[in-house]
Amino acid sequence: MFTWKKLGRVFNPAEIKGKDWLNEFAQAPAVLKFDDFIRVYFSCRPLPDANGQYVSYSAYVDLNRKNLFEIVNIAEQPIFKLGDRGTFDEFGTYPTSVIRNGKEVIAYYAGWTRCESVPFNVAIGIAGSNDEGKTFNKMGSGPVLSYSMNEPFVLSGPKIRRFNNQWYLFYISGTKWIENNCKPEPVYKIRMAISDDGINWKKTEKDLIESKLEANEAQASPDVFFWNNKYHLFFCYRYSLGFRGKEKGYRIGYASSDDLINWTRDDSKAGIDVSDDGWDNEMISYPHVFELDGSVYMFYLGNQVGRFGFGLAQLEGELV
Amino acid sequence: MKWKKLGKIFDPTQHTLPNNCKEFAQSPQALVFDNFVRIYFSTRERDESTEKFLSHIAFVDMDKKFENIINVSSETVIKLGDLGTFDEHGIFPINVLKHEDKILAYTCGWSRRVSVSVETSTGLAYSDDNGLTFKKMGDGPVLTSSLHEPFLVGDSFVKRYKNTWHMWYIYGTCWIDNAEEETARVYKIGHAVSADGINWNKEGRQIIDDVLNADECQALPTVIEHNSRYHMYFCYRQAIGFRKDKTRGYRLGYAFSDDLQHWVRDDANAGIAFSDEGWDSDMQCYPHIFKCEEKIYLLYNGNEFGRHGFGIAVLED
Repeated sequence: MFTWKKLGRVFNPAEIKGKDWLNEFAQAPAVLKFDDFIRVYFSCRPLPDANGQYVSYSAYVDLNRKNLFEIVNIAEQPIFKLGDRGTFDEFGTYPTSVIRNGKEVIAYYAGWTRCESVPFNVAIGIAGSNDEGKTFNKMGSGPVLSYSMNEPFVLSGPKIRRFNNQWYLFYISGTKWIENNCKPEPVYKIRMAISDDGINWKKTEKDLIESKLEANEAQASPDVFFWNNKYHLFFCYRYSLGFRGKEKGYRIGYASSDDLINWTRDDSKAGIDVSDDGWDNEMISYPHVFELDGSVYMFYLGNQVGRFGFGLAQLEGELV
Repeated sequence: MKWKKLGKIFDPTQHTLPNNCKEFAQSPQALVFDNFVRIYFSTRERDESTEKFLSHIAFVDMDKKFENIINVSSETVIKLGDLGTFDEHGIFPINVLKHEDKILAYTCGWSRRVSVSVETSTGLAYSDDNGLTFKKMGDGPVLTSSLHEPFLVGDSFVKRYKNTWHMWYIYGTCWIDNAEEETARVYKIGHAVSADGINWNKEGRQIIDDVLNADECQALPTVIEHNSRYHMYFCYRQAIGFRKDKTRGYRLGYAFSDDLQHWVRDDANAGIAFSDEGWDSDMQCYPHIFKCEEKIYLLYNGNEFGRHGFGIAVLED
């Protein structure tokens, strides 16, 4: 079992004033390293509209590399505009994952549209930045990874990685919508696609992680980290229904692999759980693991899936 | 091209159709058997929960002179999709073809949206009972939105030429807000190729020039090889005001190609126009070309997008 020492909440959106697009939520943190700071991308929301519906934006906060609890800068605007009418990302861009590619920074993000019979559908978009990740231009008005015969809807939660000169996109794919008394909820599982160029993707069309709680277990935030010659996958999972409270809400799971294809799930090793009290005492989710100056860290979300921001934990001992 | 109209051959209101469908027999597409021709079409059920329509596939079997109806489908031909899938709210149209010992169908699935009326994608299904019913190869689409074709992929028409699968289809380019009517969509004809009929590479460009303006809507391409040349029919209209104004509604367009790459649009040689009166006097749309007993036929819809059925014409050359 790994041992994570919780260092506390790093970013609380309620403390940020003067940005109406950043009212609450700071979801799905993802790190881009710079010499003096780390840029942490996250997704956030303005107040809901008159019907109680949210849109979501992605933005970033820069943290002092020497003291990750010191905010040195916050994005002036969201990094993407919402899509034009009828496009896949008209009602939200959440979450976002970034990677350097030469002088460019490439972002993969999930775009949200609204449907009649179910509340939403999601597909994965791509955008590029030539100013170190401050602003991005979408590469097209449609998705870079969309639906297919065996991945019919809700392609979300992209995490982009490059290993051995191959691009890997880890994401979630919906398998069914549960009717749930006219409030449909999707079931989704962790999947992977492989590419030579980051644009043209070949889906492996296989669930990476077996389900544990129930057949309809929902899995999210597939965060792969290569360390000590092994691929470590931290993710989050929950029950399909009734998940907005503590009992059936998100927890962090763990799997490992030697080849990125075959994964062994062993949540008992994850080594991080809800706290007894405080901002993460009901659920923890959306892990993102990264190395910085010799230490391994994890950003993660607390109660209500990041409504109150994200926190930091530091690995004690080894990740093997 | 010179076509002789044989008149309207199917009126949906004269038959009992499956799935509580009453009106509309849209986008007729033929599958030729030894002793009859099966013509698939899309018809509509009123969705009681929303008062909107659900499109379903049905078929009519006719003799090979298109004079007599032999049979009309009485069962569901292909089910609409489950909750949240791309073809939950309708399948319209369906393109059916024989391949080796199988019958394949490329479908256009409809699902409703909130900010716009609809999204579409192309599905793939197969039949193992001679085309009476079809099973889907997956819950999701075989061709859908991509980086530069952001929505409204559909109307697929598939043929194999020289061991390559070709798909002509439409893709949306924009939704137009306007004062006159609900948000209007613009779509163009594209082309994709495949080695197996399942994995498709989009060519990524509009293959038929506009003649009206940049917002011209182009739909339902159909292609046939004849006299060493490829001939394409399709329908086109203005983006707005096309439902009631016959000068803005669907009519048939024509293009030809010698290499399946370069298409020359030549509507003047389409060889078919509105009738002075009758069922196709205000509109012509959803063409389908096929060969039967060494003759080339054109199935198409007339006024009101096929609400009252479809007709046929034969090529006179």
